[in-house]
Amino acid sequence: MNNVLKIAARNLWRYKRRTLLTSILITLGVVSVLLFISVSGSFKNMMVGQITDSMLGHIQIHKKGYLSSMDSLPLDKNLTEQQLKKISRLLKDNPDIEAFSPRIRIGAMFSNFSETTNIRLSAVNPEMEMETVPLLASRIIKGKKDGLIGRGEILIPELIAKGMKVKIGDSIVLVANNKAGSVNGQTFTVRGILEGIVGPGGRDGVMHIEDARELLRIESKEACEVAIRLKNMNRLDAVYAQLKQAPGSRTNKKGKPVFEIHTWEKLSPFFNIARMIDLMTLFIKVMLVAIVLVSIMNVMIMAVYERINEIGTIAAIGTSPGKILALFVTEGLLLGVLGTVIGIGLSLAGIAWMNVSGLSFDFGRQKGLLLSPTISVPEILVVGGIVVAIAVLGSLQPAIKAARMDPIKALRHV
Amino acid sequence: MHLVESSNITKTYQMGEITVEAIQNVSFTIDKSSFVAFVGPSGSGKSTLLNMIGCLDPPTSGILKVVGQDIGDMGKNQVAGFRGEHIGFVFQDFNLIPVLSVFENVEYPLIMVQNWHKDKRKKRVNELLEAVGIADQADKFPSQISGGQKQRVAVARALVTNAPLVLADEPTANLDRKSAERIIELMKKMRDEFGTTFIFSTHDQRVVKNAEIIFTLEDGRLIRKEDGKGDNHE
Repeated sequence: MNNVLKIAARNLWRYKRRTLLTSILITLGVVSVLLFISVSGSFKNMMVGQITDSMLGHIQIHKKGYLSSMDSLPLDKNLTEQQLKKISRLLKDNPDIEAFSPRIRIGAMFSNFSETTNIRLSAVNPEMEMETVPLLASRIIKGKKDGLIGRGEILIPELIAKGMKVKIGDSIVLVANNKAGSVNGQTFTVRGILEGIVGPGGRDGVMHIEDARELLRIESKEACEVAIRLKNMNRLDAVYAQLKQAPGSRTNKKGKPVFEIHTWEKLSPFFNIARMIDLMTLFIKVMLVAIVLVSIMNVMIMAVYERINEIGTIAAIGTSPGKILALFVTEGLLLGVLGTVIGIGLSLAGIAWMNVSGLSFDFGRQKGLLLSPTISVPEILVVGGIVVAIAVLGSLQPAIKAARMDPIKALRHV
Repeated sequence: MHLVESSNITKTYQMGEITVEAIQNVSFTIDKSSFVAFVGPSGSGKSTLLNMIGCLDPPTSGILKVVGQDIGDMGKNQVAGFRGEHIGFVFQDFNLIPVLSVFENVEYPLIMVQNWHKDKRKKRVNELLEAVGIADQADKFPSQISGGQKQRVAVARALVTNAPLVLADEPTANLDRKSAERIIELMKKMRDEFGTTFIFSTHDQRVVKNAEIIFTLEDGRLIRKEDGKGDNHE
């Protein structure tokens, strides 16, 4: 095998310029793919992190039918106190779950005593919410971040703060309809201004869950949803499957499911962008395969054509067709390995440079998000494996042609 | 047992709708340690016959035995192995592998065909390089040596596996007079030293006059067998 490698390497070295050009082409392909995977992966992970860690959580549990009527923020589809207790027990017993937070979602009128507008509020238990969506506090652009929210306080979105000319410490009034349709109002103090996660149109604020219960005159400890944070995001599908079993499989007296359970993917439109990024990565990989396949096949077809007489000689002196095949496949393999190794080296250097230079980007209202591209060993191995496998595949047809060559015809070839 | 034994072999080729009989009912025997030349005008079938003896091309009919083996009975892989073990080739254009050094060219059959152990291989290659007189060129590449030296390397490569039979197709055609004579002398010396049978196809009278047996071919037929003037080795 060593000798086959040695001869193959020397044959490649014989055509230095061609070998170099092909290797550069493969290297460029590998670098493009690895850098794209690392940057797009980093962007995707950061965005998913922003969405799940500052708003949605990884999984949410609602009463069946809540999500389809979510726009009107219905209060008659709340999880009851008893149901919440059962869900809490299940979640506490699940070792994959790091934290969870019950929430009430309210639509209310917001008044600064001279003007009125509408607002959507997430009423939360601050301790549980901070554990479930730890980046929420980072979205507070003005006001105290510690403790998230207290009784009688409200975090209002930037849009409303500007539009209604409301500052930190101002008193405002929230007016909301309760489940029975009667109206109630309460005064709150503005504790902070909250940055919208995807754009300036956000009208979502935060208040204390006990205040919401008071405002809505809800006597029991019910909630609209339970947001869940996992210890490991990679366990998303497994935990989702567990929760679909319990409590998800629970049915009412009519045999219909009581709960609905959704991962963040179903709750956020960003999931489609994430899917697009994955699709683009796939297309880039397909392009890499095409580049490697065409360049290696081209080089190896040329190599066989130029060495017909030599193939005839080695066949005549007794080299088996299998060894001739191995000789040419090894040349393709070495070309692939050479391009891949250099490509991986350059990609890692590129990724390190991007991390050192601190590339940043804007996402919605969030400016200067620092991109920290990374690439995992399995991803490198997959890309490297694809390139090497395609290099072998690309050299196979010319190699088979060489192995099947009639020695007499080959020796006569001029 | 004869080293080569041919019985009424024919070789026909189909060229479009025309059937060309390149070899017609040729029978002959060649013994071990012979120095044999096939002569005849161009198109007489010399190279075709040599290809058949070299197991590169099976006869269309008849029986051709080389080292006791009917070559018509072998498959592609088997025939390659058989050639590697029993037959050495010397080509008109030398056909050395350009990316390998002189040493490596001679070593090639021991690695790629016979899989010899490294130490044994090295010893054998050095022995052959000494024998053909190019030990001092061992590290050079084919592009760095003369035509005569290249043919010496080719002879060493043909002999390195201890093959009992070496086939040489016009071995002196691309050499100057002096080099050609040295190559013939060398092959004769090798025959004497290793007991190898050399079979040539040639136009070169210098080769013919050194042959011990001369087969003359014409239009694919063996028309004459005569003893040559070369020293008969018995």
